[in-house]
Amino acid sequence: MNRFAELLDRLSYEPGRNNKLRLITQYFREVPDPDRGYALAALTGALSFKHAKPGLIRELIAARVDPELFALSYDYVGDLSETVALMWPKTAPPSIKRPPTPDPSPPLRGGRGATGATPTSSPPSASVASGGEGSGVGGSSPHINAQAVAPPQSSCTATEGAAQGHNKPPPPTLTEVVTTLATLGKTELPAQLTRWLDELDETGRWALLKLVTGAMRIGVSARLAKTAAAALGDKDPHDVELIWPGLTPPYLDLFAWLEGRGDKPVNRDAAPFRPVMLAHAIETDDFAALDARDFIAEWKWDGIRVQAVSGRDDDGNLIARLYSRTGEDISKSFPDLLPSLHLAGAIDGELLVLREGRVQSFNVLQQRLNRKSVTPKLIKEFPIHLRAYDLLADNEIDLRLLPFVDRRARLEGFVANLDDPRIDLSPVVPFDDWAAITAARADPAAFGAGEDAEAVEGVMLKRRDAPYLPGRPKGQWWKWKRDPHIIDAVLMYAQRGHGKRSSYYSDYTFGVWTEGDDGDQLVPVGKAYFGFTDEELLEIDRFVRRNTTEKFGPVRHVVHEPDQGLVLEVAFEGLQRSTRHKSGIAMRFPRISRLRWDKPPREADRLETLERMLKTDVGVSPH
Amino acid sequence: MRPQELLGPTAAGLRCRPGDFYVDPVRPVERALITHAHSDHARPGHGTVLATQETLDMMRLRYGDNFAGRTQAIRYGETLQLDDVSVSFHPAGHVLGSAQVAMTCNGLRIVASGDYKDAADPTCTPFEVVSCDVFITEATFGLPVFRHPDAAREVWKLLESVRLFPERAHLVGAYSLGKAQRVIALLRAAGHDAPIYLHGAMEPITRYYESRGIALGDLRPVKDTKKAELTGTITLAPPSATSDLWARRFPDPVTAFASGWMRIRARARQRGVELPLVISDHADWDGLTATVKATGAGEIWVTHGEEEALVHWCKTQGLAARPLALVGYGEEDENASAAAEGAA
Repeated sequence: MNRFAELLDRLSYEPGRNNKLRLITQYFREVPDPDRGYALAALTGALSFKHAKPGLIRELIAARVDPELFALSYDYVGDLSETVALMWPKTAPPSIKRPPTPDPSPPLRGGRGATGATPTSSPPSASVASGGEGSGVGGSSPHINAQAVAPPQSSCTATEGAAQGHNKPPPPTLTEVVTTLATLGKTELPAQLTRWLDELDETGRWALLKLVTGAMRIGVSARLAKTAAAALGDKDPHDVELIWPGLTPPYLDLFAWLEGRGDKPVNRDAAPFRPVMLAHAIETDDFAALDARDFIAEWKWDGIRVQAVSGRDDDGNLIARLYSRTGEDISKSFPDLLPSLHLAGAIDGELLVLREGRVQSFNVLQQRLNRKSVTPKLIKEFPIHLRAYDLLADNEIDLRLLPFVDRRARLEGFVANLDDPRIDLSPVVPFDDWAAITAARADPAAFGAGEDAEAVEGVMLKRRDAPYLPGRPKGQWWKWKRDPHIIDAVLMYAQRGHGKRSSYYSDYTFGVWTEGDDGDQLVPVGKAYFGFTDEELLEIDRFVRRNTTEKFGPVRHVVHEPDQGLVLEVAFEGLQRSTRHKSGIAMRFPRISRLRWDKPPREADRLETLERMLKTDVGVSPH
Repeated sequence: MRPQELLGPTAAGLRCRPGDFYVDPVRPVERALITHAHSDHARPGHGTVLATQETLDMMRLRYGDNFAGRTQAIRYGETLQLDDVSVSFHPAGHVLGSAQVAMTCNGLRIVASGDYKDAADPTCTPFEVVSCDVFITEATFGLPVFRHPDAAREVWKLLESVRLFPERAHLVGAYSLGKAQRVIALLRAAGHDAPIYLHGAMEPITRYYESRGIALGDLRPVKDTKKAELTGTITLAPPSATSDLWARRFPDPVTAFASGWMRIRARARQRGVELPLVISDHADWDGLTATVKATGAGEIWVTHGEEEALVHWCKTQGLAARPLALVGYGEEDENASAAAEGAA
């Protein structure tokens, strides 16, 4: 448990993705089965046990410490699990104290090496402080002889040993914790947690409390954890994703395969996920090298990419699942779509909300995402729909190595056989040359998208002969997005970035003008931390440092007056109403497209402009 | 004699009227007793300064030769008579030369401990408990959430990180007097023999430590080192420098910070610290409470830090306790952060 706690601890501070991967892979390399498997399960959210409530944690600490000291500490730390982990006393209160040990405890903590703890002892290193001879005190300290390879014994353990006797049980392993929690009755939980809290060190207690309360929040996605596992055996993360649905904790077969000790586990899942194929963004220069006749064009829908899979299990029952593009099973969020997947196969397509046959904007679709419970009302108001554009499997037959044009033909037949109002075909956009598709992209409504044109965010160009390949293979699929919206906004606040940008001001909050109580004022409308070049980053950073008006913790207020300040051209994909922002709107995918050193801030855009865009963009308000 | 007649808080600091001196005064005074050389305790401009030789030397290094009108060195355990008060200095275990000041008058003894720690530190003389009637304790980490782990284990964490990220530089924020040298000594004790790089602000004090017989191994100024040479190395710098322009000379640096504050996650995150090292030169909660008990003092005065919790605890132990409202003490180097800004 302590090694797992160390991993969580380090991950919680590490901002960089690659460094997180390294930390997790290193953990998998060092820690044996089955602990590492349960760690992988914890990181991927694959553990299932009843979580402990914060109230229970409060009761446990209340039984151990002075309530006033707890209140002062909690107030200072601000996080219940962390406060409890840090202040959990090393010895039990008298009522549950173990039998006294013959080992007399010194008044001061002997384990800390605090020599000279009594008034009579003479200062042992006085000669060093006043003299100058000798090799220095560093090497002569008996306490600090740790080797670089092994962690030194924690002093806490030593102290606890002295205070509680030498038969203190070792801290639990992660496996013990996970397997015990899975079978533990509710009434046994408090006593068990107390025992573990007694046995673990501070970091261990913190990790335990995170684990049992189900609030990990250390910035590691399931995908990242699986990628780290794949790296252990130099495997493609897609391969792990592929077999994942058939695996269960502690993943002994997975690790055996990754370490070359066993065969690749077979995914016996009736409805497995298949790694998705992704497109490259096309640039103007790319067209010269491409022949329009090699390509099929489709609309690029502004929805959610999904994979809808059906298959028969060993008992002949049809299993239907909906996966996100990363392989996350999202079936539970869309129970209304599952009955429509009544033929065995695997469809690649876009999840959309359709009302009276018309595709709604992404903002409307978003109302259905990330909901804790899917209510009948939600299902009725946001009818979900699948627009299919590829077929990866037809019944049991894997189609992925067929050319796209053949898969497309199979897809048309498949959708026709489904004959379901919730699933339709993404139409092909006919074109003869690049000029024709350029025109279609500029005006989808006039080129076949009709009333759905608002939900079109560009065109997709797919090679007729492209097999379905995982990842982003070069030159097979291209996406050609609609031009983004552009506004001029004023830089208001800046914060330092992370990782390689850790010392640069690279996170920018920008605002637009609006009528305030004292005339025009800037109101923040968004935050962007990319889009600029490395040289531009240096320029903005310099500007921020020289024009800071105030500092609030890590946030710098940058001068933003009508005639003083920096105008940023911000590109974004769409707008949405938001109660979280003072301006009442939130931008989708904002990025800095240009620095407008030439423009005085007073000429930047106004909130009214954005509100007008919002009206045309959102369409029917869901509320 | 009542304790308040021997010693009491004033705007200039703790004043001993019968001895006609102040302890760690924050304003210039005629006669000052200085516990240790950190800038919030040792200020320039006093008439006469009485302190350990190390404290006087380091004040001179920082403030120049004219930092005081007159100086007098006192050894640990030596007793001096200042008017009606006999004064002795005892090791505080905080940094090199740090001392507690014991003041005795008419059979009443008060010990002002300054900053102290009871944990092992290879760079200074260990803390010594001095029996007294009134004990003045700091409370920098005066909450039960502060229980410092073994410093050797924290240093092991740093070395593990260097091993895991050999292509990155490790930049360790540490106060330039005491903490930096202790971290270096701990690294050496853990078997790390490679050169350790120093920010320019670290050098004078570190060289002074070496001159006092504290072996710190191969130390090099980071100033003249090429970026590529800094991969896989450890550099020590004042905390404010690690997140500033100065940090750009390092290849993809891992930002560490050696401080007792790193015990609290939010504190580390606010500073953008990726590798918090809980290494403190102050006593933690267990150290404070154990020391208070060990002095045998019946009355405890609590200064700078989380006074409320420690006063509360003393009362639950049947000890008379009160907070001493002294201002001007805190983390050294914190104030310097603005000054270092932009100085690449």
